[in-house]
Amino acid sequence: MVVHHQNTKEQEVWALLNQIPDPDIPVISIVELGIVRQVEITANAVLVTLTPSYSGCPAMYVFKQDILTLLNSCGYKNVEIRLSHSPAWTTDWIDTATKAKLKQYGIAPPQHPAAETETVFSNRKVACPFCDGNHTKRTSQFGSTPCKALWFCNDCVQPFEYFKCY
Amino acid sequence: METKQALYKFCLRLADNNLILAQRLAEWCSKGPLLEEDLALTNISLDLFGQAESFYDYAAAIMETNLSADALAFLRSEREYLNALITEQPNGDFAFTMVRQMLVAAFSKLLFEKLTNSRDKTLAGLAAKAVKEVQYHLRHSKEWMIRFGHGTAESKQRAQFALNELWPFTDDIFLMDENDAHLIEMEISTDLEAVQSEWETLVAQIIHDAGLEIPDNPNTVTGGIKGNHTEHLGHLLCEMQYLQRAYPGAKW
Repeated sequence: MVVHHQNTKEQEVWALLNQIPDPDIPVISIVELGIVRQVEITANAVLVTLTPSYSGCPAMYVFKQDILTLLNSCGYKNVEIRLSHSPAWTTDWIDTATKAKLKQYGIAPPQHPAAETETVFSNRKVACPFCDGNHTKRTSQFGSTPCKALWFCNDCVQPFEYFKCY
Repeated sequence: METKQALYKFCLRLADNNLILAQRLAEWCSKGPLLEEDLALTNISLDLFGQAESFYDYAAAIMETNLSADALAFLRSEREYLNALITEQPNGDFAFTMVRQMLVAAFSKLLFEKLTNSRDKTLAGLAAKAVKEVQYHLRHSKEWMIRFGHGTAESKQRAQFALNELWPFTDDIFLMDENDAHLIEMEISTDLEAVQSEWETLVAQIIHDAGLEIPDNPNTVTGGIKGNHTEHLGHLLCEMQYLQRAYPGAKW
């Protein structure tokens, strides 16, 4: 989440954007996801800069449409969305409060990227978001959306999703 | 040599590699050997389609044309595609698909890591994103190599067969032309010969860990960079491009 609100108009736009949920994980907003990088207000336009999350994530199209619809309906008629690819989006941009929301929702939040891909058949533990148990294992690196992996908890005997590090 | 033209061609080549491999993986949709693997193959495919779209968008932006990513993907013919021949090879069995994935993912990981230092900031940013995704693809295919090699006699034999069949296509991935020479000089791209020697070390380690043998096959087939493809690409494009060819300009 980026916080550099410069004036009230910009603050208002940030607050509006913060109402737009991630379509796949409606408990967090696109601002909390960290993809909104900048809001600029010029004399007659609003410029929103986004950094795409996962390359092929279909949610990106929904994000753009939702931003245009909401800002237009709130009186911002001239909205331009720009993409910024550098630096690349990272799960490090998701703050601690948002990670807590993910866990509350039943998705294990991302840990630090460094540990993620180093070894095959890694036995690194991800705590179960339901029972906090540590007897968990990765079922599959790939899940229902590009951002999630499938895990299983042997303590409460339940499958769960893990928001993978990126 | 004009930098723009060289960079355009380089981006197309990166995009084509990803698009064609993504299309091959998408053929597995609903046919995976188990549910999790069906999801994995199509997730990897989706990552590669997404990366391809970014590289096509950037290619179009470089040339300041109105060409869309869709036009580049769906309205070029076989000889205009610059993908490496290995990416267009038919899926074969699951071992064949996964060995192909490992060979290409190892290349993509090493290349994209180097491109994160490109003097072209957009290319560096796209590479930084791609490398995060490709690391997962590589780990996934590496784990399968180990399962195949240390699984049953059947799985080992199928993985070794796939390696032997695909090996002659590996040199083609690293070929360079005057575009690459220019981009290397401008510090936009990187020397693919150096990438190849790192790739050989990385892949040899994976093959060793899987208890398989590096193929002893001196034959080599090349041509992707010049648009000279194997017969398989034309068939793939027929299916992939059908809708845009039959209904020009159709949109979601």
